[in-house]
Amino acid sequence: MLFYGPPGTGKTTTALAIAYQLYGPELYKSRVLELNASDERGINVVRTKIKDFAAVAVGTARKGGYPCPPYKIIILDEADSMTEDAQNALRRTMETYSKVTRFFFICNYISRIIEPLASRCAKFRFKPLSEEVMSNRILHICNEEGVSLDAQALATLSSISNGDLRRAITYLQSAARLFGSSISSTDLISVSGAIPEDVVKSLLASCKSGEFDVANKEVNNIIADGYPVSQLISQFLDVIVHADDIPDEQKARICKKLGEADKCLVDGADEYLQLLDVASETIRALFDMPQTLVF
Amino acid sequence: MLWVDKYRPKTLDKVTVHDQVAQNLKKLVAEQDCPHLLFYGPSGSGKKTLIMALIKQMFGAGAEKVKMENKTWKIDTGSRTIEIELAMLSSTHHVEMNPSDAGFQDRYVVQEVIKEMAKNRPIDAKGKRAFKVLVLNEVDKLSREAQHSLRRTMEKYSASCRLILCCNSSSKVTEAVRSRCLNVRVNAPSEDQIVQVLEFIGKKENLNLPFGFAARIAAQSNRNLRRAILFFETCKVQQYPFTSNQVAPPLDWEQYVAEIAADIMKEQSPKRLYAVRQKLYELLVNCIPPESILKKLLAELLKKLDSDLKHEICHWAAHYEHKMRLGSKAIFHIEAFVAKFMSIYKEFLVSTFG
Repeated sequence: MLFYGPPGTGKTTTALAIAYQLYGPELYKSRVLELNASDERGINVVRTKIKDFAAVAVGTARKGGYPCPPYKIIILDEADSMTEDAQNALRRTMETYSKVTRFFFICNYISRIIEPLASRCAKFRFKPLSEEVMSNRILHICNEEGVSLDAQALATLSSISNGDLRRAITYLQSAARLFGSSISSTDLISVSGAIPEDVVKSLLASCKSGEFDVANKEVNNIIADGYPVSQLISQFLDVIVHADDIPDEQKARICKKLGEADKCLVDGADEYLQLLDVASETIRALFDMPQTLVF
Repeated sequence: MLWVDKYRPKTLDKVTVHDQVAQNLKKLVAEQDCPHLLFYGPSGSGKKTLIMALIKQMFGAGAEKVKMENKTWKIDTGSRTIEIELAMLSSTHHVEMNPSDAGFQDRYVVQEVIKEMAKNRPIDAKGKRAFKVLVLNEVDKLSREAQHSLRRTMEKYSASCRLILCCNSSSKVTEAVRSRCLNVRVNAPSEDQIVQVLEFIGKKENLNLPFGFAARIAAQSNRNLRRAILFFETCKVQQYPFTSNQVAPPLDWEQYVAEIAADIMKEQSPKRLYAVRQKLYELLVNCIPPESILKKLLAELLKKLDSDLKHEICHWAAHYEHKMRLGSKAIFHIEAFVAKFMSIYKEFLVSTFG
């Protein structure tokens, strides 16, 4: 089986739950091998550890009402961080021992799993959780822990966590720790590290002034305040897209730049320079200046 | 003792600049337990100070007795054994280290060393605070693989170990790690706050500050508190009593970059480019980080340009910095930036003045 989807949607939880339901706590240790990125998983491990584990056959031993089917399970968590060689080495192993061993792959990006492996698995996509599911779960936790949450805070929580339940719970716990048992939406925003609206707005305003130096100063301030630029870029995008006073063509130009800057940031480029570049391009787009200088 | 260390707040109560954050942290550890933490903010904003104060708050004075050790770890990867030497600061309750020092082998550090430490459950007779704190610095410099390895470690050993991560830019930390931590933003202190701190130190040291002196240092320090205090002390050594127009000497590498910028502005030719290369090498062999050179160079150039050119230049600076990150030799990219600047500037001059 292959589980894929964004972080915090319950992939690992599901896999572990299946394993527990099949074997129960007693046999779990001997029947399930769990490997994740914190374990060494080079080609050698695939060739030795996984193969050895996969090769051993087991019988059906019904114990304590668990089905205990006659095969074992290997869970490869975060499989997208395995090397391609290691994945290739798995192909034949999977087929040879398919009678006695089943594989669970768990990953965020299915594109990083090589096609031959993916085609050997039943795929399950884990969508980002819907607001409804999330709020139910959150309310359940609130009840258990004795935390009170009003409707507005609940809505904020599901919007800032973007369908990532783990993140929502982390925020909730941090907020509960910091602000006591009744939590408002502003508390949640302050623990989540989201950037306040007015910071983003003032950046846009400084771009609208058309003065490079004004924008530069604003960028400097943002960096000094330590706001994460990748977050800022995504919030800036929201503001740009929803702005009514900017023509579509300019919007497109700004968005293109935002996309490029985001890629650069992922590659590890410097935050200050990228943000400055974004700001300067925004100015140029807003005032319809050409992309490159023509003399 | 340097003033920077002498006047570092030791407890959360004494933290002046980030008192709000400090109060929150205090509430956080009041209940014997805390989540994993990720501190981020620009350098010189007080992340480390907050972390040390937090640890002290959690464990009391015992956490202050630290010893420095260089440990060599032998890691068996199956095909070969590698040795990693790491400097660690440790007390009975916490261990602090800098896993990115191991360079490209940082993955093994996270996988083996941290796991090893996380596994060892501290024994406490009273049964309280049965967890260790592991402080990891510069997590943003860790490779992707190492960060991936970190995720599961964090969950698996969360019963016995809390991680405190510290980094400059949280964009470089993967989403997966961030979502497992409580993120704490530590913003750089504003100039007013720096002035307050400087005046406080001045009072403690019995110094007589002329009006506007602290404000000038604060302005010069670029909202970096550590640098401001260092400047302050330099001024004190240089000349005391302070004169009203005294300024701290700028850092020598910054001055050097300013010279380079002036050189570039004066003449744009292959010959000059060659001369600039020598100077750039000079900076690089003195271990000035290449991105700082590029940023400073940009800042210097921006001071002297028309606004049209500014857009163009800052675009190219961002472009070459990105390329520098992808490549491995910094000098090419800085030089490419200088060459690009020369060509643009020359074209500009020719078109304006003929």
